[in-house]
Amino acid sequence: MRLNLILAGMLLMAAALAVALGETSLSASQIRSAFFEPLSAPAQILWSIRAPRMAAAALVGGALGLSGAVMQGLLRNPLADPGVLGVSAFSGLAAAGVIALGLTSVPGAVETAALLGASVAGALLTLLAGRLAEPQTLILFGVALSALGGAATALVFNLSPSPVTTAEVLSWLLGSVANRDWSDVARGLAPALPGAILCLVSAPGLSQLTLGEETAALSGLPMDRLRMAAVAGAALLTGAAVSVAGVIGFVGLAAPHLVRRSAHEDPARTLVPSALAGAGLLVVADLAARMIPSAEELKLGVVTALFGAPVFAVVAWRAARSWRG
Amino acid sequence: MDALTIDTLSVRLGGRLALDRVSLAVGAGEVLGIIGANGGGKTTLLRAALGLTVLAAGEARLAGRPVSRLSLPERASLAAYLPQDRDVAWNLPAWRLVALGLPRMGAARGRDMAIAALDGLGVASLAERGVLDMSGGERARVLLARMIVTGAPLLIADEPAAGLDPDAQFLVLELLRAQAARGAAVVVSLHDLTLAARGCDRLAVLAGGRLVALGPPVQALSPEILKSAFGLNGELISTRHGVVVTTARG
Repeated sequence: MRLNLILAGMLLMAAALAVALGETSLSASQIRSAFFEPLSAPAQILWSIRAPRMAAAALVGGALGLSGAVMQGLLRNPLADPGVLGVSAFSGLAAAGVIALGLTSVPGAVETAALLGASVAGALLTLLAGRLAEPQTLILFGVALSALGGAATALVFNLSPSPVTTAEVLSWLLGSVANRDWSDVARGLAPALPGAILCLVSAPGLSQLTLGEETAALSGLPMDRLRMAAVAGAALLTGAAVSVAGVIGFVGLAAPHLVRRSAHEDPARTLVPSALAGAGLLVVADLAARMIPSAEELKLGVVTALFGAPVFAVVAWRAARSWRG
Repeated sequence: MDALTIDTLSVRLGGRLALDRVSLAVGAGEVLGIIGANGGGKTTLLRAALGLTVLAAGEARLAGRPVSRLSLPERASLAAYLPQDRDVAWNLPAWRLVALGLPRMGAARGRDMAIAALDGLGVASLAERGVLDMSGGERARVLLARMIVTGAPLLIADEPAAGLDPDAQFLVLELLRAQAARGAAVVVSLHDLTLAARGCDRLAVLAGGRLVALGPPVQALSPEILKSAFGLNGELISTRHGVVVTTARG
């Protein structure tokens, strides 16, 4: 509980910074006028540009952090991440397909496709998860789905008629929350909320899995149903994240690691802190993407990958050492 | 009513009979040891007793009721299991790990009961330690506490002594015997024959999926059974430290 309060406080501070800072620097009095004069230019910048962008980053980070924590608990594997199950790959593939078909002008088409792609992968995994007792087997299917999604996306590039389309697809796959408005945030929340509820419902089952499948099966909890809830919830959250921001890696991996020790390593108690940490991380990463001086604004997915990949390497190193010991 | 009844039970794994018409029963207050060479069917028998494998024929009953017809909470209330695979995924503090044996208990009461269970095994001082930071013997006791805290009348442990030093092996058996003395039925598979002879009231000897002996250690570890089930020359002898099973390759 105290951990959640601390993380929520840090998230609020990051959010305040993300709204206050930007390309157009605002003075204290301008920021004050944004609160009291809703039609002023500072109010427009704060409430119609920066705030929804910050909210989108927080939503995507929270969704990825929560689904990462669920996947790690479910698979008993500190290296698991929404990307591992191939849900991100399928989601990105569906979005790429819609862009390549030139349907970007249809409002919400890309987002809907991203969500559908994630749901297809999620439904497939949910079906399998009920039948496979071993979580390692599920990870192998995830790797296969991920490879398939990546290959099919490469095919979209390969067959796409114009370099302009290719650039558009690439920009989506790099991940960004630039120019997101409140309706984008609402469209992301719609699948994210039921996903989060499913994840929280599955929490006691995740804790039981600490001692392996057989002990969990004999705990008296309905493990089959809880496992399905976990997979479906993580898929909905990942789909929501991809539909809002494209493919963003490593948040789902890093967030659970930041909070695990403070949550006494209990997978159930890692979920909410991980969502808060993921939200905070992505708000800060997006602020960095906006503030780091560069000719083109940095893509959020690029920033998280640059910082996330070394984190992944460190985690993998530690995990390998503990597995050997 | 016996806590566990195995009735002419057969299990087929990958086309071969892993268990072939095995029958036995375990009552309250008793420690039954399951011994046999690798591949003899020990783990399969324990898993079948708990309803974790598909049965080819026969039946396993917990407190007289077929395990296949029990609801999940009913099964959990009638039997607790310590699998051979003692891999722990996360470095939980010991008391939180023990409290996993009480998934429907409120947090505060679960903590109290978990610490009481650790205290019962003499490791209350480890309550806040991470289980992955412990020695094998310490972790074995914490995992036993997780099984015991459930309060189930039947405790099934698959090779709980494997990988432990001699002292810790005896200790694990002693702790299980203490549970039997309190009225639990205990089924435990073991590789160490001397440990089995000293710690168990009766032994079931499995060879090639068949039950070749069932009875007190003196009978179940006769030279004939040692020869036929393990392919070893040997016998059970009394020393001033207790019984010992001596063996040599035949």
